[in-house]
Amino acid sequence: MSSINLWYATRATGIVALVLLSATVTLGILTAGRARSALPAFARADIHRRISALTVVFLAIHVVTSVVDSYVHIRWSTIVVPFTSSYHSFWLALGTIGVDLFLAVAISSALRQHISARSWRVLHWLAYLSWPVAVAHSLGMGTDTELDWVLGLVALCITSVVVATAWRIWESARATSRLPETLNTPRRSIRARLGAATASQGARS
Amino acid sequence: MTTLEAPPTTLRLVEDAPGRTPTTLAAHRRRHGAPPLSQIATAPGRARLLGEIERSGLTGRGGGGFPSFAKLRLAQSSRRPGVLVVNAMEGEPASMKDRFLVTHSPHLVLDGAEIAAAVVGSARIVLCVPDEAHGLAPVLETALKERSIAGEPTTRFEIRPLPGRYVAGEESALVAGVAGKRPLPSFRPDKSVPLTLARRPAIVHNVETLANLALIARHGSVWFRRLGVSAAPGTRLVTISGSVQRPGVVEVVTGTAIAEILELARPLGPLQAVLVGGYGGSWIPRSDISTPYAPQELHEIGASMGAGVLVALGTSSCGIAETARIACFMATESAGQCGPCLFGLPAIAEDLQTIVHGEGDRRTLDRLLSRCGFIAGRGACRLPDGVVRLVQSALRVFSADLEAHLGGLGCAADVRPRTGRGGKRP
Amino acid sequence: MRIALDPVACDGFGYCVEILPEVLSFDEWGFPVVFEGEVPDKLLGAARQAVRFCPRRALALQPAKGR
Repeated sequence: MSSINLWYATRATGIVALVLLSATVTLGILTAGRARSALPAFARADIHRRISALTVVFLAIHVVTSVVDSYVHIRWSTIVVPFTSSYHSFWLALGTIGVDLFLAVAISSALRQHISARSWRVLHWLAYLSWPVAVAHSLGMGTDTELDWVLGLVALCITSVVVATAWRIWESARATSRLPETLNTPRRSIRARLGAATASQGARS
Repeated sequence: MTTLEAPPTTLRLVEDAPGRTPTTLAAHRRRHGAPPLSQIATAPGRARLLGEIERSGLTGRGGGGFPSFAKLRLAQSSRRPGVLVVNAMEGEPASMKDRFLVTHSPHLVLDGAEIAAAVVGSARIVLCVPDEAHGLAPVLETALKERSIAGEPTTRFEIRPLPGRYVAGEESALVAGVAGKRPLPSFRPDKSVPLTLARRPAIVHNVETLANLALIARHGSVWFRRLGVSAAPGTRLVTISGSVQRPGVVEVVTGTAIAEILELARPLGPLQAVLVGGYGGSWIPRSDISTPYAPQELHEIGASMGAGVLVALGTSSCGIAETARIACFMATESAGQCGPCLFGLPAIAEDLQTIVHGEGDRRTLDRLLSRCGFIAGRGACRLPDGVVRLVQSALRVFSADLEAHLGGLGCAADVRPRTGRGGKRP
Repeated sequence: MRIALDPVACDGFGYCVEILPEVLSFDEWGFPVVFEGEVPDKLLGAARQAVRFCPRRALALQPAKGR
């Protein structure tokens, strides 16, 4: 099936997915840190989850329309297996990798209650990798990058994530350690650090 | 039920002058006779024995004080053969009685384990010992070998060394350790649901409880109740330490006055106070040391038997400083699973240290009391509860020294703590 | 009905306190305290939400213990 509409859909949902992904990541960074806002933490976490669910939807439409559109030959397997298409193979592969990483994050979060806290945290950190990969894919594919407003949108996405990350790094460097003073015998310090990390803001990253 | 003549001494669990080597199987059989295996071989026999245990009023000697027959009956009600976990961990640093009992009377403990296992239908008996250099594993290995040579079945037994942390002796932590997981307590809102080990019910008993069980099975509940008080019959092993000439373990009749028990260890001088129960117990003032050592009487003065520990505090020590030291130690023993304990215990230890160093004021004391209220009852195990109880009792009993410290004055004693040997672990 | 809190599972996220401040509050270390024994009927919906939102599944709604 080939139709110009499929191509428009792919491009549009791609942009929307990138914006939503950036919003998800930004919110995730801000929620994990101790940002004080009128919105309570559980609501921030809830919105973060809902936006990521929306991202899944737009991402799904984006990849499905790109495969179904026979104008360019992209196989179904390319959705999750990188470097299997000859069309813009490198940048497309980045998109595939981005999907893989994002799926790992999304599925592990959906099954959060059933996996260990540590596994969830490790997998969730993959989000920090999936986002730049998605940005690189978007810019590298080059489909609409000559449009100023698209570039502007991408720049906004990048800015929001970078600023949020910078704030988080600054905030955690500044925050006093929650580890109690008396826990400073060698055996305790490592375990207590792990314990305190799961107990305090570390767990929310 | 054959009833042998009770030995003319009140010592049941240990010999009159326990030697340095463990009692051999032969000597054990000479003293106590053969275990009543015929009685536990049949279901009606086991039911009768369970009834005897109920009538004996035996309660757990590991600190919980739970009626032993109830625990056994709970495990018996399950249809699958369970696992008997024998608790010799003795996580309480001020306690040595369990190690003493196993070292001197291993066969009494093993008899009790076999009998309990038969009553609940356990196919497996796991002897849990601390993995530090206390030599309990070799003693038990030798005892099992003796029994094996004598033709007695020992295949059900296994010895499991586990890390000897304070919380590792807690029942759910112990079962987790045996299962190969980290020996840390789990949240058990409903204690009537038995613990499980590989999908089989697991029942945990302290070694002293089992030793008593072995004797009740032989001599009956009437004999058992001859010593002690009616609400708490039998004898107890007590570890005495602190400001005494002869620290160690003694076996006493429940209900003996605390002062009389302490006399066995020969206090070094006039006492200021006594720590009853262990590091998670409470202080009692000198004026209460004639109290009988029995659950109800201790409860009335705000104490409990706990792990069977009495630590004598002389007049030249500072009770607040000792408590601060104990609180610091207990803070490091936190499993680190529950926020209020992990953060709360070091906080109150710090408050106590501040007070001891003369840098505290009313605000520090108020904060300490408030924190105590926010820590007790909010953990998965009773470690934080014990520390809070200890601290609250110290503030009551040593109120004069407390006032002195708060006022920036020196207390009546030298502030350098002298209780114990610095805890069991470095 | 009452809120039962598993202290081992709890990691101090605090969403429950935000959703149900009439029953839970923070201690000084950021961990939730159940200070109200009985959840009022009109708050049962919020209580169920608090139970659902907990990332560690540390909360449960149970029949109040008879005293």
